[in-house]
Amino acid sequence: MPTDPTPTSVIEFRDVSYVLPNGQALLSGLNLRVERGETLVFLGRSGSGKTTTLKLINRLLTPASGEVLVNGTPTTKSDVIRLRRSIGYVIQDVGLFPHYTVERNIGIGPKLEGWSAARIHQRVEELLQLVGLEASLAGRYPHQLSGGQRQRVGVARALAADPAILLMDEPFGALDALTRAQLQREFRSLQQRLNKTVVFVTHDLSEALRLGSRIALMDAGRLVTVLPPEQFLRSGVPLAVAYVQAFSDGLEVLANRGDR
Amino acid sequence: MNLLHFFLENHEQIVELTLEHLWLVGISTLLAVLIGIPLGILSAHWPVWNKPVLGTANIIQTIPSLALFGFLLPVPWLGERADRLAILALTLYALLPVIRNTYTGIRGVDPAVVEAGRGMGLTDSQLLFQVELPLAMSVILSGVRVAVVVSVGLATIAAAIGAGGLGEFIFRGLAMVNNQLILAGAIPAAILALSADFGLGWLERRLRPQ
Repeated sequence: MPTDPTPTSVIEFRDVSYVLPNGQALLSGLNLRVERGETLVFLGRSGSGKTTTLKLINRLLTPASGEVLVNGTPTTKSDVIRLRRSIGYVIQDVGLFPHYTVERNIGIGPKLEGWSAARIHQRVEELLQLVGLEASLAGRYPHQLSGGQRQRVGVARALAADPAILLMDEPFGALDALTRAQLQREFRSLQQRLNKTVVFVTHDLSEALRLGSRIALMDAGRLVTVLPPEQFLRSGVPLAVAYVQAFSDGLEVLANRGDR
Repeated sequence: MNLLHFFLENHEQIVELTLEHLWLVGISTLLAVLIGIPLGILSAHWPVWNKPVLGTANIIQTIPSLALFGFLLPVPWLGERADRLAILALTLYALLPVIRNTYTGIRGVDPAVVEAGRGMGLTDSQLLFQVELPLAMSVILSGVRVAVVVSVGLATIAAAIGAGGLGEFIFRGLAMVNNQLILAGAIPAAILALSADFGLGWLERRLRPQ
């Protein structure tokens, strides 16, 4: 059994399970710690429980048993609105508000926190630059943007109130391969500068290898193994082997990372 | 030519009855919006309420209007004044399109937008007023539009119980077999319905999200 959270543990799962109202278990017996500043990638097929796990962190879902601790406090014991505002959230379908301009979309979090208009405006400019968008896009509406631009706005919006934790649910999944690769590269360099604690969900091994400091492999609602990328590639765990074989370009990607 | 003459001669009464008509339709639509939108939100957010709310509104819709006016007549406070009665009946009829469109509009909001909003820490009421209602507004308005157009026609029947409005001309015309009188009620009613339809339709297009 895990003991009290160490100071570096930002998120901790203690024997967590999640069950649908119809009795189907989506997640069972998850024990895991996410350390400060790391990028933990949940890898698995659809239905493996990775998105469920992510939503347990910002309490879009509540565990059926066990507890999820964020900064040492169980999510069920903290104010859910405060909890969510302290965590950035990016999803595949982005979910930009279609009736808000880019600027208003990015400013939602700061506005909820009661920032002044001038400060929000300045922050939006800063963030647009950070995610590689021109300042002139601030007045556009989401439907006037490309898919890649939209997802950049989604990332900017999640970063707006400067949360220490960022949850990303297949954020680049709906993009074409080139845009995806570019956004992955930019996200890596962004992450090296910002040093957020990131929990990332993907079904794509090469994405997990590119972005993750550790890869948590999920299958049928259970955590199979947690390994750093280079160990993941050498792992003998059958599902990991299957993944590595299926994504034969994984090795090449790792060789190109150049930071290890 | 005869008809025009009649209109000019009776313009004061036509204006008066048109205003009465507008008042019946206006007040009942306002009430239907005030009651129907919250009920629509209720049934969109809590599926348990969906069937009872929409079912009841549906059943009300199937009661013939003359019969409904008749049923309500003996009700104590209502029966005292015919316009109260007419307003209640018109409100009941206007409920269904308002409830149904509110329900449809809110259920039609992109789930990703709602999830993102919730994930960012919007409270339920912030989500409702800043996201769901603005995005559902054009659908809700098209329900209001249907309600208004139907009410304008229905309100002519309210004259049968003495509630006034343009129906008075129509009923009088029917009794006296006078087409001019019937048209004096029917034409302004048609104009009212068309302009309400046009005006609300314009507003609806303005508010439609891209």
